[in-house]
Amino acid sequence: MKSPASTPAYTLNHPRWYRKRVSTYWWLQRWEYLRFVLREVSSVFVAFFVVTTLVQLYGLSRGPEAYAGFQNWLKNPFVIALNVVSFFFVVFHSITWFSLSARAMVVRIGGKRVPGALISGSNYAAWLVVSAVIAWFLLRG
Amino acid sequence: MADTIHLEISRYSPEKDAAPYFESFEVPFRKDWVILDALNYIKDKKDGSLTYRWSCRMGICGSCGMLVNGEPKLTCATFLADYAPAPVRVEPLRNFPVVRDLVIAMTDFMRKLQRMKPWLIRNEEKPLSEGEYLQTPEQLDVYKQYSMCINCMLCYAACPVYGLDPLFAGPAAIALAQRYNLDSRDEGAKDRFPVLSQHDAIWGCTFVGECTRVCPKHVDPAGAIQQYKLTAALDWFKSVLLPWGGK
Amino acid sequence: MEAKPSQLRLEPLLWILFSAGGVVAAFLIPVHLFLQGIAFPLGWARTPDYTTTTALVAHPLVRLYLFVLCSVPLFHFAHRIRYTLYDGLQIKHLNEVIAVCCYGSAVLGTLVAGFLLWNIH
Repeated sequence: MKSPASTPAYTLNHPRWYRKRVSTYWWLQRWEYLRFVLREVSSVFVAFFVVTTLVQLYGLSRGPEAYAGFQNWLKNPFVIALNVVSFFFVVFHSITWFSLSARAMVVRIGGKRVPGALISGSNYAAWLVVSAVIAWFLLRG
Repeated sequence: MADTIHLEISRYSPEKDAAPYFESFEVPFRKDWVILDALNYIKDKKDGSLTYRWSCRMGICGSCGMLVNGEPKLTCATFLADYAPAPVRVEPLRNFPVVRDLVIAMTDFMRKLQRMKPWLIRNEEKPLSEGEYLQTPEQLDVYKQYSMCINCMLCYAACPVYGLDPLFAGPAAIALAQRYNLDSRDEGAKDRFPVLSQHDAIWGCTFVGECTRVCPKHVDPAGAIQQYKLTAALDWFKSVLLPWGGK
Repeated sequence: MEAKPSQLRLEPLLWILFSAGGVVAAFLIPVHLFLQGIAFPLGWARTPDYTTTTALVAHPLVRLYLFVLCSVPLFHFAHRIRYTLYDGLQIKHLNEVIAVCCYGSAVLGTLVAGFLLWNIH
């Protein structure tokens, strides 16, 4: 019979778990993670487009010389290269956005779920139509 | 075809090692063998101390999740033939603490799952005499996909947000919360809302989409999270525009 | 860990703005960028001259369109870059600073767009 005073102290056994630190370059370790980060970085080029458009509008408001000056700046090969890169990123945004939004939305018609491919497809079709309309506006004058 | 295949298995013994290391094993190559068969062969014939979880060996219990060449997989459903002849690297699931060899501690996931109240919540239970809760096939279809989760945690191993933020609730927990939110028999959506609409739950998700890609049961947790974001956002809209409106 | 309630009143709105900005950017920006940034400067098509552009922008609907084009995508950028900085660079201790800088710049851009488009003639 053990007296209460001599009850041994018991420490619960907890083995040392190994926790790996996540590297700052985690996004370079797998191609899928890199593609995700590139998708997020495309938003920088979206903002770049907005800023250049605002500058263009500002030039427009200042008069024909300022407007022409801005158009000349756009012809700079470095700026054109930047815009080409931006274009690829912005298109990458559109393509990834359409596939993301197809998965994020559940559209039910008559109790059955509309397949994602149909939602993406209609997005692409709308993209084509909208782009054609905008192009018509910009090209006719 | 060669008759053996090389496996590099991550080993870690907390009593002896400071960090995991790789040990090489040569295993017979059989066309119909999966990684789990190879692990069982090693444990039977080569090194009985190899420690790993497995159970049903048919992709339904969710025990045998590990990283195979860096990719989260159920080892009972991953064929050696797909990797032969190159060596195959087997490691414990990413983003979880390693207890021993290929075994990880899943306490964090279990706690987060419990927080989501993954059970039918009713304002009032029907007495047994009134019979079952009836549900049409269409009502079942709304949440069935999310009920397929086997809690294998491959999605947590794939999710970079969970790796970076240990407080993040994670794909499976949120998908299972959605499974109950969308169930027509459930009346607990408002109870789950305060847990879900948090920065360490749905708003922490940046829709990387890796969880959906690796899920062996095609649950699409990423889709579930985004759909709940939309629900939460529309709820917010209604509460802002119609603050006097009842729910 | 429970976030501050005020933060969570804001988060759904920020996500809605992010989504709207993503939609606007996805549908409208590629064609604009291609024409304005590549086709016109390279001479593949005739750049609209000053008078035509001014006449086009004078129309209130065009101004509204341009306002949407130049404001909502900024919130898309702000939200995305905020999370990328938070997750990608793991600088969580600067969380509030990053949030204020990101959304602040979007608000600033929106104000500039509104001011420019209101006063253009």
